[in-house]
Amino acid sequence: MTHTLFSVSASRRAWLQSASLPTLARFLGGSGMAALAGCAGSQLPPARTRVLVVGGGFAGSTAAKYLRLFSGGRLDVTLVEPDAAFISCPMSNLVIGGHRQLADITRPYSTLAQRHGVRLVQDRVASIDSQRRLATLASGATIGYDKLVLAPGVELLLDTVEGLRAASADGRILQAWKAGAETLALRRQLEAMPDGGTFAITIPEAPYRCPPGPYERACQVASYFKAHKPRSKVLVLDANPDITSKGALFRQVWAEQYPGMVEYRAQHKATGVDARSLTVRFELQDDVQADVLNVLPAMRAGALAVASGLANANARWCGVDYLTFASTVAPDIHVLGDAIQVAPAMPKSGHMANGHAKVAAAAIVASLAGWDSNPEPMLTNTCYSFVDGRNVVHVASVHAYVAAEKTYKAVTGSGGLSAAPSQREGDYAWNWARTIWADTLG
Amino acid sequence: MRFCHITLAGWLPLLLVLPSAAAPADAAALRTEALAATCAACHGTAGAPLPQASVPGLAGLPRHYLVEQMAAFKAGRREATVMHQLAKGYSDAQIEQLAGYFAALPR
Repeated sequence: MTHTLFSVSASRRAWLQSASLPTLARFLGGSGMAALAGCAGSQLPPARTRVLVVGGGFAGSTAAKYLRLFSGGRLDVTLVEPDAAFISCPMSNLVIGGHRQLADITRPYSTLAQRHGVRLVQDRVASIDSQRRLATLASGATIGYDKLVLAPGVELLLDTVEGLRAASADGRILQAWKAGAETLALRRQLEAMPDGGTFAITIPEAPYRCPPGPYERACQVASYFKAHKPRSKVLVLDANPDITSKGALFRQVWAEQYPGMVEYRAQHKATGVDARSLTVRFELQDDVQADVLNVLPAMRAGALAVASGLANANARWCGVDYLTFASTVAPDIHVLGDAIQVAPAMPKSGHMANGHAKVAAAAIVASLAGWDSNPEPMLTNTCYSFVDGRNVVHVASVHAYVAAEKTYKAVTGSGGLSAAPSQREGDYAWNWARTIWADTLG
Repeated sequence: MRFCHITLAGWLPLLLVLPSAAAPADAAALRTEALAATCAACHGTAGAPLPQASVPGLAGLPRHYLVEQMAAFKAGRREATVMHQLAKGYSDAQIEQLAGYFAALPR
């Protein structure tokens, strides 16, 4: 057996230092444990360092896969995720618009196990004991780890809008900002709405998950109304001073494809809702009543990150060292995806989360091998928005780590937007989705 | 070497899921793989495209061809929707590094 990656004895020690018989026994299961007991000694296979990845979105799933790839299968990687399958947030607005089914944007987690040897645990991590390096699951089971990767996504701060938590719980006022059952529920509300009705979406102040997502959703709802309920209206009520992404393109689409149907209002910060009358109240402006109300509250890092004390930026987002995505609070915990405090011009997107995961996976493998982490990591982002069933606009960017400022900066001269919506980009957008799902999971 | 058949049986599942890529041999190889992984979200893991992909795979393309295409995207000689914007984010040295990596992979 050759050890191309870890031929240096110091490196090998680093890999082995945390290994133990119980580690292997846990990995092998009960029968393996008995076998090990009778077979202890020099015949033991090389022990593995255990990496626990929490959260199976774009960030966590990519991290699990690339930790295996970058280590040549040497790391013992466990992914804990409560959902049975991966449902993509990107492309989920197409389900709301009626152009795609939920099955089209759903992929199994099983490929991570079958093709990459990731151990999958369908459960929720309830708490982290970073001193003992132990995660406790909702089921009560515990998982020990040597390295921890947290990709908890975002928590919607329902209580920042008075009445929203109850209205959301009883299904009257939905968010559908995590794709799945709620995506379908919002679709059903639109289908049940009579022609001549109003759909209103409220947008929180940036930063929030998926900057262009709410405006794409407005396009998708308008596309459905145009075909099936042409007397209806779409109101976009934005807490921000202007459209936060692809502004000129969305305005052009609303003016040319949906004239008189989509109305955009800036500086509308939602403060409360009345579930019975489907009315939303604002900090300054007049109340708005709608037939279908989609209220997106402010967001912060997923609850586990907050409970673990990692959300040190405005008590909302997790500060990380951008070279490794190690938490600035707990350097042995890596935080990825929408939960992190982003550098300027870094959107909270699935594509960026996929990129965070690769930088972190490489940094973890380098650190375990005794190598310096890459001083020049790169991130890319391509974000497509469907303005109807076929036509798409994009924003793209390339981000390079700038050592002097310890942050990522968009590379000067790179990146940009579509000139106009096109079907050609629609083809590329769906291709992007299929490919990034496969890169993340397959 | 004393054999322990139950242990081997315990490890059998691992043998069936051998990683598709070889482990990088050193820090430089790992950095190149990580840089190349920035292409993977659109062009496929390790440059291998999906069936019926509408963007090309990169694995196994000749090095000089990859370098020339990236230069053409940067200079506006090759028309694109996105790639001309992304190509400008990579230095010539990075493009050489990427081209060498993808050219060495099997098609």
